[in-house]
Amino acid sequence: MTAQADIPGRAPVAPDRRTAWNIRRERMRFHVRTLKLAWRTYCRDKAALIALIFLVAVALISILAPWISPHDPTENVANINAPPGSEGLLLGADVDGRDILSRLFWGGRIALLVGIGPTLAATIISLVLGLVAGYFGRWVDQIIMRLMDILFAFPLVLMAIVIAGIMEPGVPTIIIAITVALTPYIARLVRTTTMSVKQQPYVEAARAGGAGSLAILVRYILPNMIAPVIVYSTTLIGLMMVVGSGLSFLGLGVQPPDADWGTMVAEGRGVLKKAPHATIFPGLVIVLVSLSFSFIGDGLRDALDPRSRVR
Amino acid sequence: MAEPILRVEGLKTQFKLRAGTLKAVDGISFTLEPGKVLCIVGESGSGKSVTAQSILRLVEPPGRVVEGRVLYRDKDLLTLSEREIERIRGDRICMVFQDPMTSLNPVFTIGEQIAEGLRAHQGLNRAAARARAIELLKLVGIPNPEARCDDYPHQFSGGMRQRALIAAAIACEPDILIADEPTTALDVTIQAQILKLLADLQRRLNSAMILITHDLGVVANLADQVLVMYAGRMAEYGDVQTVFRDPKHPYTVGLMNSIIRLEEPRDAELRSIPGAPLVPINPPPGCGFRFRCPKAIERCSQEAPEPRVDRQGHAFACHVAELNGAQA
Repeated sequence: MTAQADIPGRAPVAPDRRTAWNIRRERMRFHVRTLKLAWRTYCRDKAALIALIFLVAVALISILAPWISPHDPTENVANINAPPGSEGLLLGADVDGRDILSRLFWGGRIALLVGIGPTLAATIISLVLGLVAGYFGRWVDQIIMRLMDILFAFPLVLMAIVIAGIMEPGVPTIIIAITVALTPYIARLVRTTTMSVKQQPYVEAARAGGAGSLAILVRYILPNMIAPVIVYSTTLIGLMMVVGSGLSFLGLGVQPPDADWGTMVAEGRGVLKKAPHATIFPGLVIVLVSLSFSFIGDGLRDALDPRSRVR
Repeated sequence: MAEPILRVEGLKTQFKLRAGTLKAVDGISFTLEPGKVLCIVGESGSGKSVTAQSILRLVEPPGRVVEGRVLYRDKDLLTLSEREIERIRGDRICMVFQDPMTSLNPVFTIGEQIAEGLRAHQGLNRAAARARAIELLKLVGIPNPEARCDDYPHQFSGGMRQRALIAAAIACEPDILIADEPTTALDVTIQAQILKLLADLQRRLNSAMILITHDLGVVANLADQVLVMYAGRMAEYGDVQTVFRDPKHPYTVGLMNSIIRLEEPRDAELRSIPGAPLVPINPPPGCGFRFRCPKAIERCSQEAPEPRVDRQGHAFACHVAELNGAQA
């Protein structure tokens, strides 16, 4: 088959080095432009922007806790239940006379780890399982989803107790327990969104264009179904922080005297009337951080979708 | 007669549904010569699209090609491995779909999507594929292709998207182009442009084309051959001149009569074929068209007509036409 003169030749001669370089530079510019657009779209969502700034601050403080904490978080430095402002403690002292501010700084490390770690792990596992189940369907779907159903049936606490029995109570235990408990929820969402995206004509068009299953999953289905999963997962981060605190409260996670926001709320509950600040401050931080994750999820969804990007 | 590039023999595709087996394509045969245009016409649900999908093995469960052969360059596409058919799809046989609004991946740029096939099938590197994608966009009439190449599908109009899809389909200079009602979803003013572009490119690339349509005007203008389908079966098949000059099957006659002619008085009644198309789930014996056929006879409800071919290769499946004195 010979192409006629007015049709550009079949496989064009490889562009010479200068044009190749130019094209590469153009591509880089294109990516930078896309990133800038995504960032601008994200910034248009004021709540998401504030949430991001707040979370970055929380993360920095948690990382820097050993250097910026005014006191040792496990040491008795003041009268028990000292109210905020007294004895040089900005947020007062807790039931054991420990500095609440320092404990909040240190507690952030565990809270963020327990919130982000399992959610991230469960999301990645769910993406693989859900995509495979939703795309291939039939018996593959049956096997994976029935397995998820079994996990669904396990109460989280029971699972944590079993894992704590195998390992020992501590942060790794609750991370694994939450990951396992969370996976079926996200996997179900991944599976249903995969099945609906799979029906889209562009997936059929991709198949007609010779794309294999892996290419279709990675380039067509994944990017088109990821938005609701990101929103859902970021919302779950906040929730999982609270769940992690609950497990710590039961003695399966963080061991006293280590600081953790959830444990702090739990310890403060006995003196709620006498010293409300011991509960209010860590509780407030948990609420604010969870909310921030939700707002960030919404902002990300818009920023990741080319259709909603600002021009 | 040139050696055909595609030979479809006795193709049968069925969908196993709860209500029974839907015989979407029931024994379709045709040949396609290089550089020629075959139009498949018929009502919605007559099996035109499923025929096209079956050729490239794109039928999804519960559908399945149960019988027949699809010979492309002496290879039966129905027996190739998944890997082998993937190499033919998008490279040697390409498809243009009905709805350009949803046939492009919304998260990648137009340029990336055209380049994808070039990189997969022709092993071009990123830079070369992009350069070629820009050339192709220019070829299908997208103004300012260097800039529009980085646009996302939602920044293109329907007509432009169909042009981009055509660019992707011809990127590897396929031997066969399958266009499944490529203009149905478009504005009337754009339809003619897109068809002209398709026909033009097909001629210049010397590709064969299967064009699925229900517009007989298009058939008359573009087709070399025409295949009329009814309820999954071939009603009539032959050279476009022969079929249009001397339609044998009452269904073809009905289709032609329902074309509105400009020179008719305005109060003339619109002609249509009465009744609804047969849904071929557990169909009764006999000819599928007999319930709507003005010429149906006793025999039509007893046995399905076998295709008969006359000397010019004009085939039709009808008892009555035969009785009317056709050259069998």
